[in-house]
Amino acid sequence: MRKAKALLFEMGRPGRQGYSLPSNDVPEKSLEELLPKKMLRQEPLELPELSEVEVIRHYTELSTRNFGVDTGFYPLGSCTMKYNPKVNEDVAALPGFALMHPCQPEETVQGALELYYNMEQHLKELTGMDRFTMQPSAGAHGELTGLMVIQAYHRNRGDHDRNKVLIPVTAHGTNPATVTMAGYEVIQIPADERGNVDLEALKEVVDETTSALMLTNPSTLGLFEEEIVEMAKVVHDAGALLYYDGANLNAIMGYARPGDMGFDVVHLNIHKTLSTPHGGGGPGSGPVGVKERLIPYLPVPLVDKKEDRFYFDYDLPDSIGKVQSFYGNFGVVVKAYNYVCMMGGAGLKQVSTDAVLNSNYLASLLQKTYFIPYDRIRKHEFVVSAKPEKKKGAGAGDIAKALLDRGFHPPTVYFPLIVDEALMTEPNDTESKETLDDYARAMEEIARDIEEDAEKVAAGPYHTVGGRLDEVRAARSPVLRWQKE
Amino acid sequence: MDYKVIDGLKYTRQHEWARQENGTAVVGLSDYAQHKLGEIVFVELPDVGAEVEAGKSAAVIESVKAVADLYAPLDGKVTEVNEALLDQPEVINQDPYGEGWVFKVEIKDASQLEALMDKPAYEEFIIKEEEEE
Repeated sequence: MRKAKALLFEMGRPGRQGYSLPSNDVPEKSLEELLPKKMLRQEPLELPELSEVEVIRHYTELSTRNFGVDTGFYPLGSCTMKYNPKVNEDVAALPGFALMHPCQPEETVQGALELYYNMEQHLKELTGMDRFTMQPSAGAHGELTGLMVIQAYHRNRGDHDRNKVLIPVTAHGTNPATVTMAGYEVIQIPADERGNVDLEALKEVVDETTSALMLTNPSTLGLFEEEIVEMAKVVHDAGALLYYDGANLNAIMGYARPGDMGFDVVHLNIHKTLSTPHGGGGPGSGPVGVKERLIPYLPVPLVDKKEDRFYFDYDLPDSIGKVQSFYGNFGVVVKAYNYVCMMGGAGLKQVSTDAVLNSNYLASLLQKTYFIPYDRIRKHEFVVSAKPEKKKGAGAGDIAKALLDRGFHPPTVYFPLIVDEALMTEPNDTESKETLDDYARAMEEIARDIEEDAEKVAAGPYHTVGGRLDEVRAARSPVLRWQKE
Repeated sequence: MDYKVIDGLKYTRQHEWARQENGTAVVGLSDYAQHKLGEIVFVELPDVGAEVEAGKSAAVIESVKAVADLYAPLDGKVTEVNEALLDQPEVINQDPYGEGWVFKVEIKDASQLEALMDKPAYEEFIIKEEEEE
């Protein structure tokens, strides 16, 4: 494989150029005449001097180093790195969507408002909630919005002492950060031996200072909370609310709805669950849905319909306000809307069926070689513990590097924290049996390699552009940009 | 035992240690904890003068693997912090019981310290924790 290459700044040669301008046919004026002196650069700007083909080759070569869902298997747990149909892009690029301006008057963007309105109806049906805002930019932003709505609800009732949010150890990683950001104290709830939230522990800590329980269901262990209805009752009886992190909704679409389980607020990661590119591939979108009693606190504006006309509804006096300039990441919602319409209800249910089937199939293959704690039927993901391998000399991080050598993106490593040497693996609905078999074979090979020569595995990868990167130095003294010597 | 546990220190269930020293308690991370975290890259220290509460987060330790809270083993006012860790957090990995101490706290209630685990109890605790996983 190609090794790291020179930077453009290092490649440049004085006098080389990638353009030639036509001769000037208007009278020339000097910059000094046009701009105030203080705005003029004292020294010439130092840019690399290169020919066009050099620049093209450089960036084309860099682009081939990207690893994405379009290049290979990407089982990054809880991130739902599934294939995103290209037709989503075509639809979002239609000039009527792509060339719109957010300041256009309502009557000229009726189609866009209708799309938001329709999408809201679909999301309500999918989750069992009563209203949605499309404003939040992604999952964590949705979480913050949801907690602010909960805060406003308690405050409006004169209930000022609720300063704690409960989070299970199996929750999605962003939850504690959101809670802290919203000004709450995080109270962690342990898991029981089946991997569920420990109901007794929950009962012990929930009280009149609890604002909400934040839950990811199924959890990051890929396990469905078996006692969710009882948990909801415990939380509601204490006057607190239930928050649903939709990170793993792709496991239960069409089978179960957070609204029916008793959740008061949900956020969805439609860029994951409803297949729009994410990660390096595009922005996210984290719509937040609420039950009836929380609607007054949603961000303004909501999109509503009067007779045949769609409009922005700003008439929510108790609203938490705007959480995003304009109306959210519209293009992402267009893509997700296209996906929902294309799949239909039965199709979305099939997505969850396949995600769960693939996960359980892959887990059953890996279980022959690896230890997978909490031996239950899993949902869309499962967590391997590489603790036995670690004892032999190569742990989760080393297995991840060895997977890179075999052309796979590794699972999420070292999370959730409740599993030692965790490899959180989410194969998704869009992968074939052959891909899963290949991955399982690679994992078996790695286990054999560790058995034979753990030290060698721990020093990999050997076939990637950069080899083993120094993560410690990268974290302690990062080099963030090129600097002239 | 693969992990160093030192006699004369007191240990918490969250793997902090505390050592009595002229009316204050020196607090740090156990060797087991630093092994589990892996290479430490960043430490967030409490403010000198801040009141910490037993069992509540008092400092943050970030490694290449995870971000973890360091919980105060006892109540009290922070009298000194190990500022050397800001530049060289890896000292916790190298010398968790010595140069890698994190902060010192005034002892308000010595019984809180007494209630913590001693060497044999902590060793047993680690062995049990290892088996459970």
